[in-house]
Amino acid sequence: MRSTLWQKLFSWLDERLGLNDAYKNLLDRPEPKGNWWNTLGSASLFLFILQAVTGIFLTVYYTPSPDHAYDSIQYIMTEVQFGWLVRGIHHWSASLMVIVVFIHMLRVFFTASYKYPRELTWLIGIGLLLLTVGMGFTGYLLPWHQMAYWATTVGTQIAGSVPFAGEFILKSLRGGPDLSALTLQRFFAAHIWILPALLVALIGVHLYLIIRHGESHFPDKED
Amino acid sequence: MSGSNHISRRDFIKVTTGAIGGFIAGVLGIPSIAYMISPALREDKAGKPMPIGKLEDIPIGTPHPFSFTITKVNGWERTAASYGGFILRKSEDPNDILVLSSRCTHLSCRVNWNETAGAFLCPCHDAKFSKEGEVLDGPPPEPLGHFTHEVDAEGYITIIPVEQKAG
Repeated sequence: MRSTLWQKLFSWLDERLGLNDAYKNLLDRPEPKGNWWNTLGSASLFLFILQAVTGIFLTVYYTPSPDHAYDSIQYIMTEVQFGWLVRGIHHWSASLMVIVVFIHMLRVFFTASYKYPRELTWLIGIGLLLLTVGMGFTGYLLPWHQMAYWATTVGTQIAGSVPFAGEFILKSLRGGPDLSALTLQRFFAAHIWILPALLVALIGVHLYLIIRHGESHFPDKED
Repeated sequence: MSGSNHISRRDFIKVTTGAIGGFIAGVLGIPSIAYMISPALREDKAGKPMPIGKLEDIPIGTPHPFSFTITKVNGWERTAASYGGFILRKSEDPNDILVLSSRCTHLSCRVNWNETAGAFLCPCHDAKFSKEGEVLDGPPPEPLGHFTHEVDAEGYITIIPVEQKAG
């Protein structure tokens, strides 16, 4: 049989990368009977990727400085072509991601999918939920308008109410006793570097465990 | 199915998948690219005429430096950029003057007038330009640019701050 150039290229790559094996293990793995509630994890992953892509686009113009943060966002919204769209997607998908991740957690809880051998998947999932909320909290300050400023004042003050360590936590979050340029800069660093790095790492382990254990069956009456 | 107008199921799927895929790629790709290159598409407005000096203060025969600042709004910030050049009075005639830009035509460093060498020297790559802006030595591909100027009745020199190519 004559093979085309593409087939030759594919078999060259497949021999070295094991593409067919990867396909079998990742996409052809056995699944329990389909259920829409089981798609929420993939939906969360999709939203994470969407946030990553739109977030990277936003950093092209956004400036994390008290002097320019607000103006740079005004610039994105009014001057940059499709800037309103990119920021709009980032803004709304952020809320949607928190909701979807939370419902995903409820689904796993109600179908008892967190039980043996999937306890670690659940624990890592809790980490992912907290990181997602952390992304929401740090991202909220970045527009540096009144709502952002006071929400972070209140949020960090709540963290400061922890007994004994409260004062220290509050100062560490704000980078000092008051909300300042330091707060904005460290929230930005957390929002675009630290939390996403942790998220990516934990998502990797989460996905590995899902592929290793397969998806759990939807419980029936006998369970 | 030869001779029939019907396309096969397989071909139909191929064509529709391609069309829908192309549409999605366009919907995602065009805004992404437009977003990235948006500031590059903005027209640079020509500046207002800029006064650069009085005729009587300028010696005849030697290039006399001048500089001016243009403030522009770039994105969310007002940026002041400094530009400069040299006025050369070739003779007593108030119209016999040349206003050269100090931007080297090689890679945009600023040239300086060197009295001993009797030439404009560029500090970056040893370019050498004559008093009138012609290339004497080094890598520049063309002579120094100049500014369109005007001299009013009282002897004030004004330029349009947009560099013109020599010639």
